[in-house]
Amino acid sequence: MEVSSQERVIALLQENYGGEILHVETPYNFLTVTLRKEKIVEIVRFLYDHTELQYQYLTSIGAVHYPDVKQMAVVYQLHALVANQRLRLKIYLSDENPITQTLTPIFSGANWMERETFDFYGVIFEGHPNLKRILNVDDMIIFPLRKEYPLEDQTREDKNDTMFGR
Amino acid sequence: MQSVENKSTVIQGEKPPGIEGAGFFATSLEKVVGMARKNSIWPLPFATSCCGIEFMATMAAHYDIGRFGAERMSFSPRQADLLMVMGTIAKKMGPVLRQVYEQMAEPRWVLSVGACASSGGIFDTYSVLQGIDRIIPVDVYVPGCPPRPEQILDGVLKIQHLVETESLRRRDSPEYKAMLNRYGIE
Repeated sequence: MEVSSQERVIALLQENYGGEILHVETPYNFLTVTLRKEKIVEIVRFLYDHTELQYQYLTSIGAVHYPDVKQMAVVYQLHALVANQRLRLKIYLSDENPITQTLTPIFSGANWMERETFDFYGVIFEGHPNLKRILNVDDMIIFPLRKEYPLEDQTREDKNDTMFGR
Repeated sequence: MQSVENKSTVIQGEKPPGIEGAGFFATSLEKVVGMARKNSIWPLPFATSCCGIEFMATMAAHYDIGRFGAERMSFSPRQADLLMVMGTIAKKMGPVLRQVYEQMAEPRWVLSVGACASSGGIFDTYSVLQGIDRIIPVDVYVPGCPPRPEQILDGVLKIQHLVETESLRRRDSPEYKAMLNRYGIE
């Protein structure tokens, strides 16, 4: 991503939503903006509708669990197809009650991605038409990718823990 | 024309012990039925992942499972004899596999191909079923990741041995019913 167009994006965001930006960085030359969670839908809609920016492709939605600071980050990756520029938006939620707004009115693709984020991390997306588990078994009670749950299946009795490093 | 002597050591079908005469051959029904069944197994390839690819190689001309009589694959469980589970079975897939098994008619056999189907394999995680024998009874396990076609054929040969030597009354016996009850299958 060229530096001048990154600066252009930051400048436009500062101009219109300066109060919402908490942090800007470019790890591996990928522009990452940390925002407040309140106006995320508005900001994404602004980026979508803007005639010059046109971030009209949602690449992915994911989450990161930080139990030591009791936070859950939700990460949105956007792509402007015409200019071939990528942008990452991060919002931080509390990990006891991770609730945010859904992006489905803007991107239909957000539907399944938000279901996956709910399935694995328990992030609630308010306004989502069908927020239920998508990849795991429907009657699973835990959110497996949170840090408190181990990777291994806990119902095995025959594996020797010392040899398998658990 | 000179007759050609067959020097091959491959056994072309052994005759079961019985009484032979001019135009007839008398043996026990179990042996005939066993021989007929073992040489005409209709497998149901329940191929999920990489082991399924090895199975495709086994079906192809080079390794050819068709020479053992398993030429016609049935994808309908109602018409299949052998359920070959090849690949990782996720916990979400478990009830589907169980339904497929329950739809098969007796006599039915199950071949578990590969490490994932036998025990969960390398995937000891929250989402993978740690072995299909947690939900259905299995007859032969073929270990490997993935097993070579020769190993899969060895598994099929062992199934053939089970088919040949099975008693005709086994599926009605109380021991078999007790085993099915342990899995919760009527």
